[in-house]
Formats: sequence, C-alpha cells, structure tokens
Amino acid sequence: MYKIKLSDLDKLYKAISEDYPLYLPIKKAGEVNYGLYGEDEEVSLTTLKTVKSPKDAFFPQSEDLVNFKVDGNKIEVIDVRKEEQPFVVMGVRACDFKAFDVLDRVFLVDPLDTFYQNKRNAAIVVTNACTEPEDSCFCKVFGIDASDPSGDITTFIIGENLFWRANTEKGNALTEKVKGLFTETDDKIVAEEQKAIREKINSLPNVNLDLTPFKDEMLDIFNSEKWGKLSEACLGCGACTFVCPTCQCFDIRELTKNDGTVSRFRCWDSCMYSDFTKTAGGQPRTTQMQRYRQRFMHKLVYYPENNEGVYSCVGCGRCVKSCPMHLNIVKVIKAFDKGGKDE
Amino acid sequence: MQIQELVLHKAEEYLASGKVDRVLAWKKGETFYDNSPAIFTKDNLNGFVYNEFCAPNLSKYLVNESKKEGKILVFLKPCDTYSFNQLVSEHRIDREKIVVIGLECQGMLDEKKIYNLGFKRIEKVEDGLDNIIITADGQQVQIKREELLSVKCVDCKSKEFAVADETIVVNEMKQPDKNSRFSVVSELEKMTEEERFKFWQNELSKCIRCNACRNVCPACTCTHCVFDNNKSGIAGKANSDSFEEKLYHIIRAYHVAGRCTDCGECSRVCPESIPLHLINRKFIKDINDNYGEFQAGKTVSEHNPLVDYTKGDCEPKEMVGK
Ligand code: SF4
Ligand code: SF4
Ligand code: SF4
Ligand code: SF4
Repeated sequence: MYKIKLSDLDKLYKAISEDYPLYLPIKKAGEVNYGLYGEDEEVSLTTLKTVKSPKDAFFPQSEDLVNFKVDGNKIEVIDVRKEEQPFVVMGVRACDFKAFDVLDRVFLVDPLDTFYQNKRNAAIVVTNACTEPEDSCFCKVFGIDASDPSGDITTFIIGENLFWRANTEKGNALTEKVKGLFTETDDKIVAEEQKAIREKINSLPNVNLDLTPFKDEMLDIFNSEKWGKLSEACLGCGACTFVCPTCQCFDIRELTKNDGTVSRFRCWDSCMYSDFTKTAGGQPRTTQMQRYRQRFMHKLVYYPENNEGVYSCVGCGRCVKSCPMHLNIVKVIKAFDKGGKDE
Repeated sequence: MQIQELVLHKAEEYLASGKVDRVLAWKKGETFYDNSPAIFTKDNLNGFVYNEFCAPNLSKYLVNESKKEGKILVFLKPCDTYSFNQLVSEHRIDREKIVVIGLECQGMLDEKKIYNLGFKRIEKVEDGLDNIIITADGQQVQIKREELLSVKCVDCKSKEFAVADETIVVNEMKQPDKNSRFSVVSELEKMTEEERFKFWQNELSKCIRCNACRNVCPACTCTHCVFDNNKSGIAGKANSDSFEEKLYHIIRAYHVAGRCTDCGECSRVCPESIPLHLINRKFIKDINDNYGEFQAGKTVSEHNPLVDYTKGDCEPKEMVGK
C-alpha cells in the first residue's frame, strides 16, 4: 500500500497523463462528470456521484460505427475503428465498477461487441472507496461493498492522504510508473476507515430494501395495478436512463455530414421514449405505464433471470437524484415490498 | 391551520360534494423532498401533501387529464397559473372541466442545494418561512430560505394568480423585485460575443439530451416533436457532435418564444444544472424591450406580440445589433 498527499494529486494526474489519456471526475459549469484530464481542468475526486456515470468510457453516448461514401451506384465503406490505446479511468466508485460487470454481461457475450471490448481491454480502472456515502446510496442492497471496490487499483481518500493499492498486473504496472510520488505505508488506517465506511453505509435509509418479491412473484408484479400509480407522473424523458450506469440500450442512426459522408452511429436509447424499439409493426409498449414498468422489470426481473441472479441496478442512486418528478427504483422496490404501502 | 391541512380539506370538500371527480396535486415520497405529482380520488387521498418541496408545475398534466371523463380540481402555485392560462389560450386544455385553486407559495426549495451544503444523512427539513431548519448528520442548522430556493423560484416573476377559482393563502406572499428578474440576462448581454459563446458552450456541452427540459415544459406540447420525428431530418436521440445540442436548445427556445411563461421548470429539472431559463428569459426581455411589456399566460385573450401584427411594430432591422 502507498499513499500520497491530496495536495500532491496534481502531480499524480500529470504523471499518469504523460503516459495515458486520463479520465476522471471533472467539474465544469457547476457539475461534475467524467472528462479527459488537462492541466486547466478542475478535478473533483471527492465528488461522490458524477451526474453521468463512467460508462461513457466504454459505451459512449454516441459512437461512430462505420462511415459510407456514396458515389452513383458505388458505395465505399469506411472502417472507422481504430486501435484503442491504453487509457486510465480514475475515481470509479464501487457501484459504478460493478456496473461495468453488468455491461460486460451484455456486450462481451456472443455476438461480441468489439467496440466495447476494445475499450474495455484498453482501460486501467482505478476505483475510489466511498468515505462519505449519502442518503441516496443503496449499493449494499446489491451486495456491493463501497468500502472495498476492486478494479486494477483501489484508492481511499482519508484525511489529507490518498491511499493507493494495486490489485492486478495492470495496476502494478501503472503503480511502477508513478511510484516515485508515493510513500509506502501499511494498511492499518485504511482498514479502520473501511470499518467506519461500512457503519456509515448501514445507517443509510435504503440499504435494507427487500428484493425477494422480484424473484418469487414475477407475473404478479408484471400484472400489478400498482404500476399505474407508480408511473403516473412520469414525463417519459430519458433522465433516469441516461444517468444510469447500467442502462445499456442503444439505437443505430445515420447522419449525412456536410461533405456527403454518411455516418452510421449508435447512441443511447431510453425505454422511456415513445419510439423505443419501434419496428415496422409499431411500438410494442404503447403507454408510459408499460414503458415505466419495462425499465424496472428489466433491472430487477429479466436481467437477473438471464444472468444468474445478478441485478442490473447497482444502487448508485443517480435516478433517485435526477428524476424531475422524483420517481425512482427505490419507490418501485418499496411498493412491492411485502410490508409495503398500498399504492 | 397549516396550509397543508387547508389544502387537503379543500380537496376532500370538492371530492365529497361531487363537484370534481379527481384532484391533481402532490404526493409525499419516501424522504423529506421527493414529492411527486399525483391524481387523488375520493377513496384514495393517501400521501396527499403540500409543502416547500412541491416544485413540479402541474399544469401540463392537464393536457391529458382534461381529455378524460369528469371534472378535475388542480392546485396551482402562482407561477403555475400562467402556464395554465397559456395552455387554455392554445386550446390544449379544457377549462370547463377544471377547477383551479391557487396556493400560497413562499418559494420552493431545492434538495440539491441542501445536500450541497455537505450533509450526508438528512433526517428532517422544516419550513420556518424565512428560515429553513435542517436536522442532519446529528446536528440542527438554520439556513435562510433564499439560499435554498429552487432555481425556478430564485427570480419569481410574480406572486399574483393569473387565474384561480379560489385561493388558499395563509401567510402574505412578498411580491418579488421586478428588476432582479432580468439581471443575469443583462450581464450576459454585456459580455462580448466570444465570452457569451464560451459561456453557453460550457453550459450546453454538459447536456446529455435527456429531454427532461422539453418534456416538462408546459409550452412544449406538440404530440410529435421534430426531434422525435424520423422524417424531420433532425431527429436525434443523442448529441452526435458538439453543435447538435445547441441546435436542439436554440430551436426549442425559438419555438416557445412568446409562449414561455418563465415558469423555470426547464432549469429545475436539468440533471446538469444548465440555466436554460436564461435563454427563454432573453427572448422575454427582447419582447418587452421591442414590443412593450408582455407576460405570456397573464390572460387567455391577449395575443403574444410575435404572432400579432400591429402597425406600430418595430422593424426587424431596428432590432439587429440593438
Ligand atoms: S422516471 Fe423520471 S427521469 Fe425517468 S422518464 Fe420518468 S420522469 Fe423522466
Ligand atoms: S436504476 Fe437508478 S439506482 Fe439503479 S443503477 Fe440505474 S441509476 Fe443507479
Ligand atoms: S451507491 Fe455505494 S458505491 Fe455508489 S457512491 Fe454510494 S456508497 Fe459509493
Ligand atoms: S434537461 Fe438538461 S441535460 Fe436534459 S436535454 Fe435538457 S438541457 Fe440537456
């Protein structure tokens, strides 16, 4: 285990960014999102929740898949894929790290998504334990330990220092490069802090949500009348899905650029949108209630059904914070809780 | 009696007498702040709430609600009444089916501002009018209401009800200072073009194209928005380049110009805290400066100057570079 003074972190960022593009929480116009490090950027590693999750690093909101040039009846296909160079994502919280696993189970199975895979393989992930979890966090419900995220390297911000622990070979290699900035230390302070974190987590309001109904009563839940009330204020915007680290749906669209090149790109889609999965036959979910239900059934029932019981919510609480009308997955889970209120 | 009880009694009274079939109001959530809009009926008034965390403007829900059978009672804060009138004047809601009760509002609070003070575990937030009492992380603190106001309430346009069949007001509402409303817009006007471009680029580049601003906007009631219409040529689910989100916001601002009542919902709901209301407020200021003062939604009969020709209208060239 190593440590570095928080006041020296700039040196660390600079050192890493000499060898790798470095993505980490950056504050811009009042909000913190993952962005590329530059000396003029304001890094905010202590921000618990970036507005958008770090999933953009592997699954960007929009991404060029292939380009075409059309000349008469000749079509030239331009492969826009490039060799991904190694890069570092730093500051990843335990929930967001777990979300990478949720995405892997979608993109890294047959048919393999090479766009995602290339970025995933190129990344060195540095996680950051949550010394200050807050009300909206409920990662514990999904078995996530915010005091001990894995990743290639794990960091802990305690007092005036950042503690640094390499977990993998990739992590060791990065550590070697920047070791000169660190001092060596034992893990006593970290272990104490981890204990404190777990206590803090246990005192949060939503860490004891009961998910058993979603395992046992899938059809009852699907057909429940509660969805009507639960969704009635929903605007059908995409805020909850776009801030979510595990939402993985995308659409494929085309755009003709000024020079005539056609870009076929993919962009995030939202099951809350009225044209989601629209086909020639129409849209399978014609009401907002059905779309709303889809989002939570996917997270809590369908996905676990296909993935050995792993839920596709990691309890990051972003949708809890972002919904304009304060609808969210916590309210849904509580509504179906056995002792739950009648909606 | 506290306002919350008076409001609940009003809802009960109307439902019991059969004068209305449904009530559109707010429902208490799981925490101190997460109230949501909801429809209540005679046999289900569970969770009914009216307090300082009822920022959502209910007017737009009436577009669908007033299409349904029966009468509906709606509670509107002063600013919401302007959206209501605007929707009536655009024939988007059926006034005949609706009873409007105007509610006292001292300015709604933004839970994000409370959390931004550094609290992790908030147990209780109490409204003491001028001060807000927060119990959190084992301590109790008092913060001035102004400091915790939702962005939509920071420069409230008016505490007057543009429309109300009845009102419930317990404490006097202070009329906001008219001059402060356009102060930030004036500052933006004073910037050089490059500075202003940079300001907006910085703000708009945060946009995640979640459409919350559009979907919440009471002036955005197209059944099929151009941005969702695959045949429009500009449909887009995500910003495909750095210019696209500007296009989205500029088109939206033009489309609501003269119709935007300045309810501030767009800025309130933006997960990236983009001050969208400033774009619309710039248009309002320009309309005021060029055509004389106009407030959308103040009445249902007055035409907005952008769709009303008079001989005295200023010439476009007079406005360029003004
Ligand atoms: S649940 Fe909330 S954030 Fe999600 S689509 Fe509905 S209104 Fe938007
Ligand atoms: S559903 Fe909500 S809480 Fe769960 S991972 Fe997505 S944003 Fe986070
Ligand atoms: S949900 Fe858990 S892992 Fe995520 S930020 Fe909160 S405490 Fe950390
Ligand atoms: S609410 Fe904010 S982030 Fe969402 S589309 Fe509007 S400006 Fe963009």
